[in-house]
Amino acid sequence: MPDLHEIQFKDPAARIAETAPLPGTESGELLGEKMVLNMGPSHPATHGVLRIILELDGEIITKATPDIGFLHRGDEKIAENMTFTQFIPYTDRLDYLAPLANNVAYVLAVEKLMGIDKQLPPRCQFIRVICCELARISSHLLGLGSFAMDVGAMTVFLHTFTEREKIYNLCESLTGARFTTSYTRIGGLSRDLPPGWAEQCRKFCHEVVVNIDESETLLSRNRIFVDRTQGVGVISKEDAIDYGLSGPNARGSGIEHDLRKAQPYLVYDQLQFEVPVGTAGDCYDRYVLRIEEMRQSVRIIHQCLDKLPGGPVNVADGKVVMPPKDRVLTRMEELIHHFINVTRGINAPAGEIYFGHENPKGELGFYINSKGGGTPYRLKIRSPSFVNLSILPHVLPGHMVSDVVAVLGSFDFVMGECDR
Amino acid sequence: MSSSLDLAQRLRTQFGALLSEPAEFRGEITLKVSDAERLPEICAFAKRELGFDYLVDITSLDNYGDDPRFTLVYHLYGFGHHCYLRLKADLSEEKGEAPTVTGVWRTANWHEREIYDMMGIRFRGHPDLRRILMWEGYPYFPLRKDFPLAGRTSDAPEVAFSEPAPMAGGPFVTIAGGKDALSREPRVRIPDTDALEMNARVERRDDVTNAHGEAHGPGPIEEKMRP
Repeated sequence: MPDLHEIQFKDPAARIAETAPLPGTESGELLGEKMVLNMGPSHPATHGVLRIILELDGEIITKATPDIGFLHRGDEKIAENMTFTQFIPYTDRLDYLAPLANNVAYVLAVEKLMGIDKQLPPRCQFIRVICCELARISSHLLGLGSFAMDVGAMTVFLHTFTEREKIYNLCESLTGARFTTSYTRIGGLSRDLPPGWAEQCRKFCHEVVVNIDESETLLSRNRIFVDRTQGVGVISKEDAIDYGLSGPNARGSGIEHDLRKAQPYLVYDQLQFEVPVGTAGDCYDRYVLRIEEMRQSVRIIHQCLDKLPGGPVNVADGKVVMPPKDRVLTRMEELIHHFINVTRGINAPAGEIYFGHENPKGELGFYINSKGGGTPYRLKIRSPSFVNLSILPHVLPGHMVSDVVAVLGSFDFVMGECDR
Repeated sequence: MSSSLDLAQRLRTQFGALLSEPAEFRGEITLKVSDAERLPEICAFAKRELGFDYLVDITSLDNYGDDPRFTLVYHLYGFGHHCYLRLKADLSEEKGEAPTVTGVWRTANWHEREIYDMMGIRFRGHPDLRRILMWEGYPYFPLRKDFPLAGRTSDAPEVAFSEPAPMAGGPFVTIAGGKDALSREPRVRIPDTDALEMNARVERRDDVTNAHGEAHGPGPIEEKMRP
């Protein structure tokens, strides 16, 4: 009678590593053929148009090659051919799940180039912080909902989308558009808060916390969800730094880095909030972290609404911000400013700056190289999704095909920003 | 707590005349590297000794009309000291090549591919230098200043897929353009219907001419699709 062996179920990667080659198969001749599976670009789990070419040994991935660029629109080329202000609507379409945060990030970069980032009126800064945090909640709610749906929990998706609808309503009354907000202007905002908006926002903050709690009860101890996410897609701290991960994906791996704390901009240094950090670096940690980040965002919005000062929202400099229309029509100087601002754009100095902004997806950076005048000579968008996805060929091998869906969901990327 | 300027000075003491005097603009420190070939060495030192463990970004500039034509721009950051540092190195158009820094930070892989794709600068030693945003076979480098915003025509096909879809005509594929739902339904397909005939034509679409030498492209099918 042959010897009996206990069958142990281990991590697939460990099993491959342990398997000693059978006698006579060292040359690889008797091994089965590897199968190439094409995933995307139109696939519900690839959240847009990401394509991954998977090489499979049975059900285990041996090689993953992401193929991106299906949504490439040449935003950087377009930026070189228009004024700084004209580019604001294009930033809506980068991470289109958090357009307000992109607007803020871009104008902060241009303001840094102009050297007026310290002169922004306090009201403008507080409103911008509220915008950023609303965008963060909106983006994380979608990321959470679609992640849960990808791994089989449909309810959460419908649940979080109810709340996102309220954020869209807030965006609509604030900016006039639900989706493509283009709210900020260089040196200020396109308009002040509408009457009653602060109360609506506060009401929303009270409601969203309940919704987040409910979504968490649906998932955090859900056996299926936990089994599909814990220990899956583990990224070590060293790898996360080496591959340049940022945002929740980096913090999930234990990197205590948040640009709101590390390089405080706007009024983040006056606000109390915690930066949650994961330990395991798996899909579950990244999920828990986003839940907690939303709670912290709500906390920030409450503080901003409490502290919201009065006063103007725009820098009092007609060479940067459009003067009010009644003055344009009645005064010579304002008319000239208006004319120059529209035809030539703001007069930026020659120089180069990099500004990194803590976007919901990670560090959204703008590198602007200016030779002076109203048009950037070169505008590089350092998009977090692009950099975060570059780790996929390292993370995916060794996982099952079904784990790809969990890993992609937990990465929470947006192709509009990745492909630019 | 060391500042970006201190760290830049320490880098200068190590490499001497290879690096320019630190330039400051809006609180950011820029060092110019006179020889792009030494970049990996400088980056490795900055990472190992100065704590610049995080490569934020690599990008490139096209100084069209100037010599040297290209400039590589590296943004470094350290989680330990929270300082940024920018390194710049010029590249002439004839050379158009720099050594890769993927050996220092693996995140450089996609950044360098993007620069190659957009500006045509090659990176020596890169593990997989292919186009990343544009498609394989695209002949131009669109972020160069001599590439017009409107784009250029090329010999590459206008449409991505010029052949019939892989499953076209298969048993589960609805035949587009049938005159009613029945003829479009693949499971009730019977011989001698328009749909089947159309299906056969779809399969022959890649033939340039038929037996009689007539052009046999997608034309007849589209005619049939019209009500």
